[in-house]
Parts: sequence; structure tokens; C-alpha cells
Amino acid sequence: MTFASWLALAIAIVVAAETVRWLRHRALAHEHWRRFFRHPTAAWGCGILTFLMIIAICAPLVAPLDPVVQPDPVRLQNHPPSLTFLMGTDVFSRDVWSRFAYGARISLGIGVIGAVVAVALGSLVGAVAGYYRRWVDGMLMRLVDIGLALPRIFILLMAVALWDRLPFEWLAFVIGLTSWFGTSRLVRAEVLGLRERDFVVAARALGARSSRVIFGHVLPNAAAPIIVSAALSVGNVLLLEASLSFLGIGVAPPRPSWGNMIADGAVSLYTAPWTTLFAGLAISLVVMSLNAVADGLRDALDPREERS
Amino acid sequence: MMAWLLRRLMASVAIIFAVVTFVFILIHLAPGEPCLAGGDTFTDPDICRLLVRQFGLDQPILVQYWRYLVQLVQGNLGYSFALHRPVGDAILDTVPFTLQLAGAALVLDFTLGLGLGIYQALRANRLPDVVLGNVTLFVYSLPTFWLALILLLLFGEKLRLFPVGGASDPILCPTVDSLYCLVDRIWHLLLPAVTLGLVGAAGTARFQRAAMLEIAQQDFVRTARAKGLPEPRVVLRHQLRNALLSFITRFGLTFPFLLTGAVLIETIFALPGMGRLTVDAILQRDYAVVTAAALIASAMVVTGSLIADILLALADPRIRVHEDAALDVVTA
Repeated sequence: MTFASWLALAIAIVVAAETVRWLRHRALAHEHWRRFFRHPTAAWGCGILTFLMIIAICAPLVAPLDPVVQPDPVRLQNHPPSLTFLMGTDVFSRDVWSRFAYGARISLGIGVIGAVVAVALGSLVGAVAGYYRRWVDGMLMRLVDIGLALPRIFILLMAVALWDRLPFEWLAFVIGLTSWFGTSRLVRAEVLGLRERDFVVAARALGARSSRVIFGHVLPNAAAPIIVSAALSVGNVLLLEASLSFLGIGVAPPRPSWGNMIADGAVSLYTAPWTTLFAGLAISLVVMSLNAVADGLRDALDPREERS
Repeated sequence: MMAWLLRRLMASVAIIFAVVTFVFILIHLAPGEPCLAGGDTFTDPDICRLLVRQFGLDQPILVQYWRYLVQLVQGNLGYSFALHRPVGDAILDTVPFTLQLAGAALVLDFTLGLGLGIYQALRANRLPDVVLGNVTLFVYSLPTFWLALILLLLFGEKLRLFPVGGASDPILCPTVDSLYCLVDRIWHLLLPAVTLGLVGAAGTARFQRAAMLEIAQQDFVRTARAKGLPEPRVVLRHQLRNALLSFITRFGLTFPFLLTGAVLIETIFALPGMGRLTVDAILQRDYAVVTAAALIASAMVVTGSLIADILLALADPRIRVHEDAALDVVTA
């Protein structure tokens, strides 16, 4: 660790903490957002997510070394964590902290891209099925049944393994393509209720086209479950990417992702546990934060019921 | 009820058929040959061509698809190129391991998860609930394969309490033929099953807590209290019974989770189960095994949700009136 990277790390922690404080301060003005911060874990979740996002964006600043460079494969192999190597080094003498920071970029990037694909597709299918009902609904929902019956990991394994080394943007896209089924059911259920409401009937009576009614009136009112399921999707996609990378067919090796860092470290698990520990902990923390934030959002965005 | 069941059954068969078709298309669209895969330069191209002809891989895809369907109806899952044996045999060898793993994990998942969820709901928002809530949230968020590695490091390597891999002791107990070997089997199964079961249990506990609290707000619970029923009776007869209804649907949703987990857990613990068979088959482009594994996995998932639906229909008389309601249960 150089002085500059220590400084950058300290700044990242302060900025994350200040962001949460600022958000909480702003939240006091709104009843909804007060409810969000009533969950202590939600505030912590926000902080952890902000911190890791800063790390991901500023990876070149916080990481002292190139993530793929092998400084000294003989003497620095599996070096335990120290002040020079914050998280130790791995089998190839690479700095785990630098890989961690750059891995955050890839892992979080895949999580966000995959979730956007999944939620966009799920909302669209759910809205169309719920709005048009009849045979459109029947066909789309049978498709969803099939999708839910396919164990996702089998399909992903096949798609990824058979197509040899997808670039990671495509990996994210493919994971997103297999992750929208749950969201579409959720949105459909919501739309089924909304389509009978007076403002939708009024919009239709005024001659608005179906696309306008769906995108302008129905979907915005179904935003709450969509946002919550988006938060959960990011975690799911992240976990899937990690699983695939762990099995050796996700993000291609020299490039760090938290999943393939765990896989790299698994080889020397007993002699150098730190190589697997931190990446796994990061995945758990992100998924946990997202779950906590989703819990908070569910309360904040749902005006109907006071949950305990 | 019978008509509903019949329709549901036919839908299940249709779903499995669609899955098989989809997987078949996906495999045949993908680049790469079953022979000469992965830059193999050792195999004689002539022999390769002969093999491709022998297995009918030079036929048009529709012909191959039709032949595969006919085979399937006859109960023949095809022949594995990589294992040099019928796929049915290979899968039959591995399924028991996966079922044992999934079954043991399921038991832990439901007993621990239900217990924790109910306990938390009864102590809602007090210290035990808050602590357990954070613990379950954390465990629920753990990647199963990472938890497996950590448990392996702790209990297998540091404390040396459990074996680090394999389904049984390869020298003393190649087959289960004595009490000692049965214990050995269970001993080997424990760590993988606990890994898988713990993560599931955390999810179940969160689910069950929410279900219990949702029921607790309903009018009939308040009525039960108001008319002076003793508290245990309110909780057990009114709250728990109704909360268990939504738990049944969770039962159906647990199957995909267990199968996904089994793939990773079997790889880490070197268990000769279906998940590992599939991963190996995919890497070797062993078409027949991959399709069969997807078929069996989706059949398990569909059967799981079918059982859940039937149980739900038996337990909840309202569903029998609205036939489609069971199909529309929103996935969590």
C-alpha cells in the first residue's frame, strides 16, 4: 500500500459515511424515507454499498498495484495480510487488495447490468401480460412457468460453457436473460389490480394508446415492487456470476472478479485463507446490504401497511 | 379437483417437454463439436468422423430431435460419448447422492427455519428477534460455495472433525454394507448438507417470520384474542395454521434452490452427485448427459411445485373454488 492508496481508502470511507449521514438528514423531511431509515440495517447497507461503489469507481486510485501483475511469484507467494499488502497476496503473488478493488468493478458492474436487463424484461413482460390478459397473458405466463422450471444454473452453465468465454458484458446480459421470471410475475400481479382502476379506465376512455397507458399510467404506479425487486436482482445476479466464476466459466481468469478470486484462493485454502476470505465476505456484505435496503424500500414505498 | 389435477399434470408434462426442446436447441446451436473438442489434436479425424456417423450427429437437427423424442418416450435417455455408457445408468448412479444431500438439507432447512421463524415472530422486535434477524439476513446472503469453503477450512482442516470431501471412505467403505459404513456415509454427508441447509434455513426463517406477522394483523386473530382464547391456542390454531399455507408454496420453490446449491456443493466436497456429473458433461460437450440432467432437474422442480400445489389445495379449501389461484401464487 502506498501513501496515496491509504489516503484514497480513508477518503472513500469518510465519503461513504458522510453520504449516509446526508441521506438520513434529508430523509427526516419525508415520512416515507423516515420509515426507510427506521431499519438500522438499511442505513448500514447504504453505507457499505456506497463505500464499495466508490472503491469500484476509483479502483485505480485505491489500488496500489495492477491487479494482474505478478510482482515476485517466488518470494511473495501467499504472503499474509500486512501493511504493504492490505489483504495479502495470492498464489501468483498478486496483491489481493488491488484485485479486490478492480474485482468490485467487474462484479458490481455485472450485478447492475444483469439486474437492469432482468428487471426491464420482467416489467415489460409482466405489464404486457397483465394489461392485455387473455391469450397474451396465457402464453407469456406459460413461458414464465417454463423459465421457472429450468434450474437457472444449468442453463447458464450450458450457455456460458458452450459459447466459450463470453466477454463480461455479455455474461451479465445472459444472466439477466435468465433472471426476469420472478419479476414478471410480481409486476403482472400488480398490473392486474391497476388496470381496473379509474385512472387507467379514464386514460383509455380519452383514447390513449395501449403503449401510452402501459408506460405512462400503469408501470409508474407499479414502481414500488419493481424497485424492490431490482435491488434484490442485483444481489442475485452477483451471486450467479460468482458461482459461474467459481466453477471456472464466468469472468475469464487474469481479470479479477470476486467470484474467480474465491476460485483462485480455493486452491490454497488451507495455507492462505485470506485469498478466498475477503472476496467472499465482500459478496456476502453486498448481498446482505441489498437485502436490507430492499427491506427498507419495501417499507418506505408501501404506504398502505405499517409493518412491524 | 380431479379435473384440476389432470390439467395441472398435463401442464407439468408440457413444461418438461418444452424444457427438453429448449435445451436440445440450445446445445445444437452452440459452436463446438463433441469430437475434437478443446483443441484435441490426438484423435484421428477419420475415427472422429466415424464416431459422428455412428452416433447420428451428421443427420439434420430435426431428424436428431425426432429420434431423441422417440428414445425418450421409450425411457431411453441416450448414450454418453464421454462416459461410454448409457446416460440412464450414469444418472441412476448419481441421483441417490444428490437426493440424499438435498433431502438432508431440506430437513435442516425446514426444521431450523420454521422453528426460528416462529420464535422470531413471537418475540417480534424484541432483542432475540433483532439479533436473529440480523444473523439470518447475513447467512441468507452468503454464497453457498463460499460458506462451504469456510466450513471446510474450519471443521475439516483446522478442527479435523469432518472429512474434507468424498461421499464415503474409499478404502474401508466403498459400498454401504455395515453399520460402520452407514455412519461413515452420514459423517461424510453432514458438512455438505449443513452448508446447504443453513443458507436455506435462514431464508425460510425470514419468510416464516414475515408470514406469521402478516397473519397476526388479520382481523380473525384479533377476534380470537378478543373472545378470550388462551394465547397458545391463538398462536397455534389461528396464526400458525394460516401461516403454514404460504409455507407450503415455499416448499415448491425450495427445489430449484437445492438443485442449484447441489451443483456447487458437490463440486466442492467431491460428491459423485448429479450436479458434478452435469458440470463435467457440460465441459466435455456430452450432449446426451446434459439434456438428460436438465430433463431430470426440471422434472424435479415441476414435481416439487406440483406437490406443493396439491398440498395447498388439500389444506386450503378456498383454492379448490378458484382453480387457477394455485398457479398464480406469486414467487417470492
